[in-house]
Amino acid sequence: MKALQIRRNIARFGAARVVGAVSPSGATKVGPLEYRTIEDPERPGDGWHRVRTRLAGICGSDLSLIGGRASTYFESWVSFPFVPGHEVVGELVDGDEAGTRVVLEPVLGHAARDFPLPFDGARPADGDDYAHLAVTSQDGVEPAIQTGFCCSTGGGWAPWFWAHESQLHRLNLPINDLPDERAVLIEPFAGGIHAALLAAPIVEGRANPVVAVLGAGTMGLAAIAGLRRYIPDIRIVVGARYPHQRELALAFGADVVVTATELDRAVRREVGCHMLGGGESGALSSGADVTIDAVGSSRSIADSLRITRPRGRVVLLGMPAHVELDLTGLWHREIDLKGAYTYGTETLSDGTVTDTFHLAIDTVTAVEAERLLSATYSLDEHLDAIDHAATAGRRGAIKIAFDLRESN
Amino acid sequence: MPRPGFVLDVDRSTPPTLFWRGEGFSLERLPADRSRIIYPPEPLAGLDNLDGHIRDALLNPLDMDPLPELLKPDMKLTICFDDASLSLPKMQQPDNRQRIVEAVLDMAAEAGVDDVHIIAALGLHRRMHEYELRHVLGDRIVDAFLPKGFLYQHDAEDPDNITVIGHTDEGEVLEINKRAAESDLVVYANINQVAMDGGWKSLTTGLASYRCLSEHHNPASLQNTRSLMDRHHSALHKSIWRMGELLRDSGPTVFQVETTINTEAFPSPFEFLAKREWEWTARDRGLFLASSKSLNKLPNRTKRKLFHKIEAPYRTTSVQAGFTATVHERTLENVYQQHLVEVDGQTDILTMGIPFISPYNPESIMNPILVMCMGLGYLFNMYRGKPLVREGGVVIMTHPTYEEFHPVHHPSYIDFFDEVLADTNDPAVMSTKWEKKYAEDEWYRHLYRTSYAYHGVHPFYAWYWGAHGQQHAGKVIIVGGYAATVRKLGFTPASTMNDALEIASDTVGRSPTISHLHVPGVLVADVK
Repeated sequence: MKALQIRRNIARFGAARVVGAVSPSGATKVGPLEYRTIEDPERPGDGWHRVRTRLAGICGSDLSLIGGRASTYFESWVSFPFVPGHEVVGELVDGDEAGTRVVLEPVLGHAARDFPLPFDGARPADGDDYAHLAVTSQDGVEPAIQTGFCCSTGGGWAPWFWAHESQLHRLNLPINDLPDERAVLIEPFAGGIHAALLAAPIVEGRANPVVAVLGAGTMGLAAIAGLRRYIPDIRIVVGARYPHQRELALAFGADVVVTATELDRAVRREVGCHMLGGGESGALSSGADVTIDAVGSSRSIADSLRITRPRGRVVLLGMPAHVELDLTGLWHREIDLKGAYTYGTETLSDGTVTDTFHLAIDTVTAVEAERLLSATYSLDEHLDAIDHAATAGRRGAIKIAFDLRESN
Repeated sequence: MPRPGFVLDVDRSTPPTLFWRGEGFSLERLPADRSRIIYPPEPLAGLDNLDGHIRDALLNPLDMDPLPELLKPDMKLTICFDDASLSLPKMQQPDNRQRIVEAVLDMAAEAGVDDVHIIAALGLHRRMHEYELRHVLGDRIVDAFLPKGFLYQHDAEDPDNITVIGHTDEGEVLEINKRAAESDLVVYANINQVAMDGGWKSLTTGLASYRCLSEHHNPASLQNTRSLMDRHHSALHKSIWRMGELLRDSGPTVFQVETTINTEAFPSPFEFLAKREWEWTARDRGLFLASSKSLNKLPNRTKRKLFHKIEAPYRTTSVQAGFTATVHERTLENVYQQHLVEVDGQTDILTMGIPFISPYNPESIMNPILVMCMGLGYLFNMYRGKPLVREGGVVIMTHPTYEEFHPVHHPSYIDFFDEVLADTNDPAVMSTKWEKKYAEDEWYRHLYRTSYAYHGVHPFYAWYWGAHGQQHAGKVIIVGGYAATVRKLGFTPASTMNDALEIASDTVGRSPTISHLHVPGVLVADVK
């Protein structure tokens, strides 16, 4: 079949990194992503289903890889060559359930690799040992953190791929009630909601808690929606670069939305603290209880540390890669710097234990998340698609996806 | 003999008219046969031997005993003076305040008074930098009093140094600086640049608290101030005068010294700014072209630096001292003599060029809120009788209206622009909804007291200053302003004066009458 594939090619990764600094579309042309005929992946074993892709989103982590900017950290956690694509709504191909729409929970967890679950009912991303991700399973599934980074399973940027039973969420609602355009956003929303829930223990019991969100692309907006729905009685202050992002942030429940450069002042106004350096440095004497950094750059992390109160928390939702940081503020303010990778089992403030995908399925419907899907492309239009996704903000877009419904 | 003010009816032979545009200017051609330009009177002659006049005023005051007779060896004497908001631009040294304070100190020394404090009456304005104090008072006073802590700046947020004098018949609280309140004699050294200044306003605002100022610095008062330059028809001044009478009855003895200055604001090479355009010489035209082109190439920061360095060669036209109310009536006569221009009736449109400076940005940035304040507050209010523009008419200003703020001087202005104006530009709504939060913000309070920041509430006051103009005008257009910023102010942006007139036609029709307030210099239109 013809699919988009990334092969291990150091020269192409290097070229993408160099060219990508100037031109995202140029990076795609010279980089490791190729639209080519690949061999059909073999079924890894029992419990694996063939899934026909309907829509597959383009994520920031995909763009990092394609642009040669991803951290070498992932070298042990991916297996080449692989088909990207982990934000997927598809349909089962074989058996009695053929035609059933599913959403992929892409983490290749314990169950998919025949490892014992860390606890009963654990979701794929749960657990405190990632050994199962780094070794070849008994079924021959090569190392990878997720579908979309694994040579054995295929990925969403292909007409079809293999998914383990533990990775599938069946969509039992009619397509009119949960259209594909909404369903393709369930995976990123799960990520955003997971980050939002990491704010809960910090704001609990605080008077007038404030959570700041820096960045309002797909993940930032998902976090805002999650905060509003699942963390009661907080003030949400958002810094977003583009006007359309600010409008959506308000629509998703933010209390105060400003440009990204005004976020420090907006947080100060909410909290009523001092701004140090006579107002020119932007560092706050106190700050937000929690800041969710949905950007993941040196600048955004530094900004997050400056606007978070002592003993508050910074949640890294945007994938950071290499950053250069002055951590004096983190040290001095005893800030908890917390990563937010994917999703899993969640405990809500009322004690309910659930999993993030269920929350995400509810949330995408509540906020009508399909409005975030700005444009879709076919696989052979991947250069335009990647360019659009890489420049989404300034082009007034949020989420870009591949649409394989007609070609399939 | 200086020529009086003048109303020029524009015809086809009228040359283009000068408009300020912040740190620059332009020439605009106004429509013939329905436009008029109001030129200020030429600068009055100044007093020779100013120090002699000051001494004479102190020795022969109005409705009070001569100053030396009020000075006793064991008394508490407090001398207060206007802050850096006056004059604009700052006057060449020696400043009138220096001359007055030196004369008072000489007399105090002769009388053996040794408990003397000198206080900058800055109200809720920013503190003055030391170099500003030196400019205003001179090195001798600053070196003698500042190191010993006897020269300092009023702190409206120091509860230990604020004293309630009482309440007016209308229930307004008057509370002022404790040292002044407990003094045997307060001498106030003033510069009266416009009719709004001076009188009881000097002390009851310059030494007041936020609580006291909010009695009259509020939307209701400012919307009923017709105008700021006519204290007898100003709700603001009526409130202040009630406080003044309370101060007279229950406060310390106040000896007011007021000086009036002429309108010689710009030295060479900018003297052409004050000339009538048809009288420009070839040199004036050359200077205009050269300075305009040079300024257009400079960054804002450099332009600002250049303009704020200007020291005006004002001449002092009168000095009067004694009982505040009597002194001020004499002062107003002298101010009006310099500023009043008789104008017949209102027009559909009022045009004005907004300069680089207002009372709230000495050595600083004319931020968007101050553009509003200067246009709809100060310049719109340059009238007696009726506004120059009819109710529902259009005000057209020229200014770049960049979204720039001085982070040290105007920290709460930045938040006001981002937060309050995003919510409302209605003075009454913002007063109810937002003012308290800003007035009581601990960070703003800290910066006002220890740095060089205007008080947290100050952007509200700047906005209220334009409340009457805002209510009166049917539309406000800014020519050459940054569009997004202009819209956030609630105004309409236009690229050129012709565009502005086209936009205005929606409100005032195709052939509106137009008044242009020629700035500089300063004038008050006496609209009949």
